[in-house]
Amino acid sequence: MENSRRNFLKIAGISALGLSATPVLDAFALDISMLDMKINATPGKDAITAKRWGMVIDTRKFESEEDLKPMIEACHKIHNVPVLENKRHEIKWIWEEEFKHAFPNLEHEYVNESVEHLPFLVLCNHCKDAPCVRACPTKATFKREDGIILMDFHRCIGCRFCMAACPYGSRSFNFRDPRPFIKDINKKFPTRARGVVEKCNFCAERLAVGQQPACVEASKGALVFGDLENPESEVRRLLKTNYTIRRKVALGTGPSVYYIV
Amino acid sequence: MLELALKGSKRYFGWIACLLAVIGVGVGCYMWQLSFGLGLTGMSRDVSWGFYIAQFTFLVGVAASAVMLVLPYYLHHYKAFGRITILGEFLAVASVSMCLLFIIADLGQPMRALNVILYPTPNSILFWDMIVLNGYLFLNIIIGWQVLQAEKNSVAPPKWVKPLIYISIPWAVSIHTVTAFLYCGLPGRGFWLTAILAPRFLASAFAAGPAFLILLCLLVRKLTKFDPGKEQIQTLAKIVTYGILLNVFFLLCEVFVVFYSKIPEHMDHMTYLYAGLHGHGVLVPWMWTSIALMIFSIILLVNPFTRQKEGILTVACICVFIGTWIDKGLGMISGGFVPSPLHHITEYVPTKPEIAITLGIYAVGFLVLTLLFKIAITVKEEAEGV
Repeated sequence: MENSRRNFLKIAGISALGLSATPVLDAFALDISMLDMKINATPGKDAITAKRWGMVIDTRKFESEEDLKPMIEACHKIHNVPVLENKRHEIKWIWEEEFKHAFPNLEHEYVNESVEHLPFLVLCNHCKDAPCVRACPTKATFKREDGIILMDFHRCIGCRFCMAACPYGSRSFNFRDPRPFIKDINKKFPTRARGVVEKCNFCAERLAVGQQPACVEASKGALVFGDLENPESEVRRLLKTNYTIRRKVALGTGPSVYYIV
Repeated sequence: MLELALKGSKRYFGWIACLLAVIGVGVGCYMWQLSFGLGLTGMSRDVSWGFYIAQFTFLVGVAASAVMLVLPYYLHHYKAFGRITILGEFLAVASVSMCLLFIIADLGQPMRALNVILYPTPNSILFWDMIVLNGYLFLNIIIGWQVLQAEKNSVAPPKWVKPLIYISIPWAVSIHTVTAFLYCGLPGRGFWLTAILAPRFLASAFAAGPAFLILLCLLVRKLTKFDPGKEQIQTLAKIVTYGILLNVFFLLCEVFVVFYSKIPEHMDHMTYLYAGLHGHGVLVPWMWTSIALMIFSIILLVNPFTRQKEGILTVACICVFIGTWIDKGLGMISGGFVPSPLHHITEYVPTKPEIAITLGIYAVGFLVLTLLFKIAITVKEEAEGV
């Protein structure tokens, strides 16, 4: 009896302490990592800049799923994207989809074989008029001047309105603490807490120090990144000389990722 | 007046103890969810809103239905409703409280909830939903309390309450309209992308809310010395009849547009809900049960002979309530997520802890409702000298 009462008091005491201390600890954790993020994404002296960043994906250069792996791995490793067994809780920034899923309204019965079986890389489209930005109730998702749609992981309340708003399924939610599921943590990029949404950031932190996005770097030239509003840029040259498609243009979101098929 | 809630029969306190027990289990599961994350629920990357948001949507409707008592009484001077407007207003208070709790339960980072106020974002419908829901909660608390206090003291309610009452009428419409706007303004979610969503929400609200109120009135008559009145119940029954007819009519309008136009993005969700898609269809039996209940209730309600018999009316109201609950509290939200925008099918089924948290929140709502009704009815009993 005595023993169980003491145990109860002990547990009650620890819980009370835990409850009162958690917000304080959280607040500290936020400050430190927020500082990190600022160092990471604020353009430095070597930064590469644009009026509106965009990407062209030359799908003709891919033959199999294997060809896409290096880009996906490069991105997910650099950004501390966890590997979760449970499909429901999956986090992905850039991944592969079959044509019929990437372009559900362009699919038809007689689509050519290469396209039908070719894996397509999909990622956040960094829309010109992004529905997720419109939906977010705290400006945790916002559009930067250079067109990149960014997330403030520390402001996000986890309402997931942006996930309902995104017509491309580009957003993931941390259904549980992701940290135990990251193999080697990249200390230069923040990990996320449970309960916030995340997605591709067009490598804003790399652009800030003059590097190309990680997937572009790993693509051996199949992915080209550049300024959509600069007629001299490499992306504009590709758009001028190739027929390109974008995902779900009919919705008027203005995706900044183009596909050469 | 609060002290009136502290005195009661053994049965009254027994009921409160039961509710507290359910709340206790809910709170325990919520603590678990808080430490583990929303992965504890059945939600997923594809179905990112589930049971909580669906209950929230359904209960916004129940809350809005108070206007069906306030409007006839204050705008059309339909005196009979004066007896029971307070019940409608207090039902609204309990429902909105549940709505707010369901939103909190659904947040991944609930301790940051105040960010919605700290960084006000008028382009987000959620910001407006926060304003209209809290506004409606306060309006109903203030109006209900003032009018009841006046009744207790046998005086007229203070003059400044009148403008608030008039404001509360369009405000009730606004809560459900804004809630519908959460969904119907999203590109790429064909199921919700329809201008009739807000009217449809209102129609089902004006069916489910008053139906629940009728059940409450009958219960109050049975358990207390206060009789809400036969005429009052019958007028409410007519409102339920129009509400459920409109709701089914709007649903049929949707069915026509979707299946005649045959645009896949709109049609696939309906097919999933009512027939199953590519072999997936957990909700199919539920959705047809909902249709059957709504049609059966219409048969009972439209016929004046059955509607006027309170026993049959009770059955009809239960059918309306369950039918609309399935339609909105089960199909409406997950139906919009299946198939996903990339045309994958991930089905959603709530988990046990998720259901326990949901029941806990419902128990909080019933607790608020019980306490407020206890106060209101004690005042009414004293005023009538029974």
